[in-house]
Amino acid sequence: MPVTTIADKEVHIDEEGFLTEFDEWDRDLAIALASNIGIDDLTDEHWEVIDFLRSDYQEQGETATLRRVSTIGGIPTKSLFTLFPKKPARKMSYVSGLQKPAGCI
Amino acid sequence: MTTDKTVEAIVPDFGDDDAQRKIAFVCSKGSLDMAYPALVMASGALEQGIETHIFFTFWGMDMINKKTMGNLQFSPVGNPATHMPAALAPLPGMQAMATRQMKKTLEELEIPDVPSFLEHLSDMGCQLWACKMSVDMFDLDEDDMTPLLTGVLNVSDFMEIIDGAQTMLV
Repeated sequence: MPVTTIADKEVHIDEEGFLTEFDEWDRDLAIALASNIGIDDLTDEHWEVIDFLRSDYQEQGETATLRRVSTIGGIPTKSLFTLFPKKPARKMSYVSGLQKPAGCI
Repeated sequence: MTTDKTVEAIVPDFGDDDAQRKIAFVCSKGSLDMAYPALVMASGALEQGIETHIFFTFWGMDMINKKTMGNLQFSPVGNPATHMPAALAPLPGMQAMATRQMKKTLEELEIPDVPSFLEHLSDMGCQLWACKMSVDMFDLDEDDMTPLLTGVLNVSDFMEIIDGAQTMLV
């Protein structure tokens, strides 16, 4: 996987720009990734989603779908569309340094 | 020794500036196996930020009728995809068994039942329309149908709403 520099850190990314190494992500990087896609302010609500995605990934080995974030993470789907507009599943994965969810629902 | 190639940072294109895509599903079937295809595809479309409409008509009304929506059935009769001997399919109890089995499989895959699925779609911004003619035909009141409905429409109003949409009949 190619290496690039984001927020002064060397990270591995895939061809779309998603981070590929779980451990290369940190909170400063999330702020830079979010600002790359037009989310200039990561609020507590954003962090709640990111923290859930990261910890769920550690347990499950795959990125949670929107439905899983709402049913297991307790964050309503409507809020996800407000926090990460239009394509929340992809955007929240990108900012969290994870791959896109593989599940359909 | 191989080294990873260093590249310029790549920002994924989430298509935020693309023209608004629009998609519409017409659900005309009331069996369990015919309810899911449109629901799953609608969910995928909404995740992609696509404006999504579902129009329920004829037997598809069972998907939004409070009395039936949680209890759709799967019948193996006349369905070669079950790979069941045709003579067995109509036996008493076979439909209940096939329905139970399908529901169990869906549950194991964490796929929600039809009422929860519609709620999920509605939360994602899906617009759910009931067909006016079917409402009259089945003599339904507003109270008979899920409160998640966006409204009741006749076909010509629906055509106006889905102007420019990709449309699929299920």
